[in-house]
Amino acid sequence: MYVNHKRIAFETIVIKEIRRFSRIWVQTLVPPAITIALYFVIFGNLVGRRVGEMGGFQYMEFIVPGLIMMSVIQNSYSNVVSSFFSQKFQRSIEELLVSPVPNYVILTGFVVGGMARGLAVGAIVTMLSLFFADIQIAHPVITVTVILLTSVVFSLAGFINAVYANSFDDISIVPTFVLTPLIYLGGVFYSTQMLPPFWQAVSALNPIFYMVNTFRYGFLGSSDVDVIWAFLILGVFAIALYCGCLWLLRHGTGIRF
Amino acid sequence: MKTAISIKNLSKTYDNQFEALKGISLEVEQGDFFALLGPNGAGKSTTIGVISTLVNRSAGEVEVFGRNVDNHIYETKLDLGVVPQEVNFNLFERVEDIVITQAGYYGLPRTLAKERSDKYLRQLGLWDKRRDRSRSLSGGMKRRLMIARALVHEPRLLILDEPTAGVDIELRRSMWDFLIELNRQGTTIILTTHYLEEAEQLCRNIAIIDNGTIVENTSMKSLLAEIDSQVFVLDVLKADLPKATRFLKDFDVRTLDDQSIEVTVRRGGSINAVFFQLENAGVAVTSMRNKTNRLEQLFINKLTSSE
Repeated sequence: MYVNHKRIAFETIVIKEIRRFSRIWVQTLVPPAITIALYFVIFGNLVGRRVGEMGGFQYMEFIVPGLIMMSVIQNSYSNVVSSFFSQKFQRSIEELLVSPVPNYVILTGFVVGGMARGLAVGAIVTMLSLFFADIQIAHPVITVTVILLTSVVFSLAGFINAVYANSFDDISIVPTFVLTPLIYLGGVFYSTQMLPPFWQAVSALNPIFYMVNTFRYGFLGSSDVDVIWAFLILGVFAIALYCGCLWLLRHGTGIRF
Repeated sequence: MKTAISIKNLSKTYDNQFEALKGISLEVEQGDFFALLGPNGAGKSTTIGVISTLVNRSAGEVEVFGRNVDNHIYETKLDLGVVPQEVNFNLFERVEDIVITQAGYYGLPRTLAKERSDKYLRQLGLWDKRRDRSRSLSGGMKRRLMIARALVHEPRLLILDEPTAGVDIELRRSMWDFLIELNRQGTTIILTTHYLEEAEQLCRNIAIIDNGTIVENTSMKSLLAEIDSQVFVLDVLKADLPKATRFLKDFDVRTLDDQSIEVTVRRGGSINAVFFQLENAGVAVTSMRNKTNRLEQLFINKLTSSE
């Protein structure tokens, strides 16, 4: 397949993905915005006033980066898992599989689609946060890089979930029982400095902890983790997951029989 | 003649140990209109799945237009158009978007994709429905949409897996005309169908697959030549019935009711001879029909003998 053909195929997949979540914006863009707005009101505003400072910042300022990151993670993941699984379920994935689109173009197309939704929701949440906190971005390059890498990682994770899923239950199990606890325990609402040493060590095993804290560093210039170490972890995850997804596609796991 | 498809010793055993294909070999010539027939579960869809790379084969080789599928996957896919048995497009998308998106997967620029989409949606009678959601289409329209989608990149080989299943007679005939014209323009077509009349009308060559093996692979003409006898039902005037049964000496004749007789014409015999004898006897035939589909009888014979 020529480079130009691959580019057109890639654009087609991305446009299709963006069109899909835009068409059902009431299901895809509005609910996370409402949920995060409620977090801002309840945790940030009502509870936050009593909490006072966290990690040297007003509690509202402290949770804003974590909540943005949470929305990006959840939406990147759920976009790819629901889109790819729906196509598998309806067998419309066969449209792609019979075509000459290389596996890496298919994968990259779905990942960019997931990133688009994750970042769109992230942008909405960021705009909402402006009503509640005075946001300054200390390190814009780090902020943008970490959010892009995180959305890549969770889009890829969503892809793997979709490949192995056999029912709609299977695509909700991981977000409910794995992703949500990891996000909540990843330092979105608190600084791990507050935890006893044992739980600090346990938190260090949670990859989301690094993502949230690096993103927070980008915003506030303060973090519980070493930023370089965090980028290294993110990079390794992204590469390993991308290779894993390509391997699954190449072997037709869950899609070819 | 060059081959469009060459399959050698193709086997497929699914994870549940079901052996769908047991080392089949098959060749389809370029420009052919080829029928792949067989009962449910015989291995037709698995064969198509392997050719179109939707099913991983267990053993064997597949070549499309002389190119090994494994070594030339992209070129092979460019040459292939597949119309599956089940509806497999997104039911929430618009008709036109489904076809244009498929064109995009083949690297067609947007303007050309739109042009091709318009062309095939018009030819297949879906032009008025192009902006509708695909779920609103009737069963026959959905099948035509899958044909338009498979043709948008103008493949040299079109594989249709039961394209007219559940389609009414009028629509089926219009689809036949469309496929005949497509084949006339040079597209090789492989068709699986349960309507044996369809295969007889459209296809020049035929393979019958049963229980994962090819039990017959020949030209339609040679296959039909194997027919030992054909049974015709003739309607005559009530008053002529006794004469009709008396004068048809060279044929097996059975009276069905007071106006109809059943005449068996054996291989080498001619229906013209029946009419000639009836005319000499002064019997007027008001109508005639073939009692059984010729291919259907052969199909059953082949499957029975393969068992």
